[in-house]
Amino acid sequence: MPQPDAEALLATLAAAMHGRIGPDTALVGIHSGGVWVAERLQERLALTTPIGTIDVAFYRDDFESRGLKADVRPSAMPFEVEGRDIVLVDDVLYTGRTIRAALNVLFDYGRPARVRLATLVDRGGRELPIAADFVGGSLAVSADDVAVLERTPAGRLSLTITRSDGAA
Amino acid sequence: MQRNPQLNERGELQHLLSIEGLPAAVLLQILDTARSFMSVSEREIKKVPLLRGKSVFNLFFEPSTRTRTTFEIAAKRLSADVLNLNIATSSQTKGESLIDTVANLAAMHADMFVVRHASSGAPYLIARHLSPEIHVVNAGDGRHAHPTQALLDVFTIRHYKGDFTGLKVAIVGDVLHSRVARSEIHALTTLGVPEVRVVGPRTLIPAQVEKLGVKVFHDMASGLRDVDVVMMLRLQNERMNGALLPSAQEYFKAYGLTEERLAVAAKDAIVMHPGPMNRGVEIDSAVADGTQSVILPQVTFGIAVRMAVMAILAGNG
Repeated sequence: MPQPDAEALLATLAAAMHGRIGPDTALVGIHSGGVWVAERLQERLALTTPIGTIDVAFYRDDFESRGLKADVRPSAMPFEVEGRDIVLVDDVLYTGRTIRAALNVLFDYGRPARVRLATLVDRGGRELPIAADFVGGSLAVSADDVAVLERTPAGRLSLTITRSDGAA
Repeated sequence: MQRNPQLNERGELQHLLSIEGLPAAVLLQILDTARSFMSVSEREIKKVPLLRGKSVFNLFFEPSTRTRTTFEIAAKRLSADVLNLNIATSSQTKGESLIDTVANLAAMHADMFVVRHASSGAPYLIARHLSPEIHVVNAGDGRHAHPTQALLDVFTIRHYKGDFTGLKVAIVGDVLHSRVARSEIHALTTLGVPEVRVVGPRTLIPAQVEKLGVKVFHDMASGLRDVDVVMMLRLQNERMNGALLPSAQEYFKAYGLTEERLAVAAKDAIVMHPGPMNRGVEIDSAVADGTQSVILPQVTFGIAVRMAVMAILAGNG
């Protein structure tokens, strides 16, 4: 099957955000893919506030069934969250549980003025009342399919969908 | 071969009773996780919800301030409910057995026990009698083990030295009576430290300690030469009463860590101590408060390490 073009999705996402974010808006990427997307958006939109990063591992609601992964990266907010306009950035929006956890992390740093959500792709399948404000594109995939974002050493993004029947 | 009682059938940590027998991968998982927890303690809201709704019982059959407090803070930063039981002053004095005490607490739906006991093996005995979903963390048992102290020590070494594979480490003092030393030796050798030394008077070094993979020294000048890390042990006052040592002053003369003695170690050597310190007995104040001392950072790291241990245990069901 043809794979989606992550670079084209990124361009669409950046265009959707253009003009709708202010100079003080901060991007906060969710590890790992969301951070890569946030870094690219930061560059394309010429934002000056450094990006924040969030690892939701300590806030997941499936901790008891899945345990704790070892390589939890520290969350970092190199700016004051209190009163800030924030755009959470993720690579693939699916059940919404990651975003729920990310919001909890964010609020442990302070009370933002506004939080919006940007995602490279929306694959549907939501289990919580969460929607993205900015979307690069949508994917029609079934629940067992896996969408993985990767980054080349040069910084290019690629999105690979693996079908549940094993076909790439 | 019998399975290590600390690991479940998938090889994951079920209890933390001793460093001995744990694979390097498990130790590294704890150290990596602890590093991520460091940032939590530096935030405005120093809490994550991992252990929300869980009950952690601190069972201290032996007095301790630092260890109990850091376990309590660690559990609270994971959002657990913490109960501190000072058993020395409680039902044990009324004649209740250890197993009965623990069975009663388990009936109150405890999820985790943090146990300090004067008898070696007490945490293992407790772990064996509990149902498998209840986790036990050894916070020091007799002369046997103090695994979280050893973990925070190697976390400290990794923080300052980056890597274990090129290091010379000296453990100095009363190795014979020290559960901390035993756990440190196992942690350091498991993580690949090529040279672990023990330094102390003959009366305080256990026979055949070389079998644990360490070199023995009886004088500070050769024991500390070129080492990257000096790990001091606390000299317990009660050792003076027997025939093991003449006096605190005599001990300080021969084995106290002074700036002069430290000078033979590597220039960037760090000095560690598990606390509480006896200034002027095993360590001179000038060293304890000096630029090479990382004794207070050890305490800070201890919280992150204990958070990591508790979160990993709880996550392993």
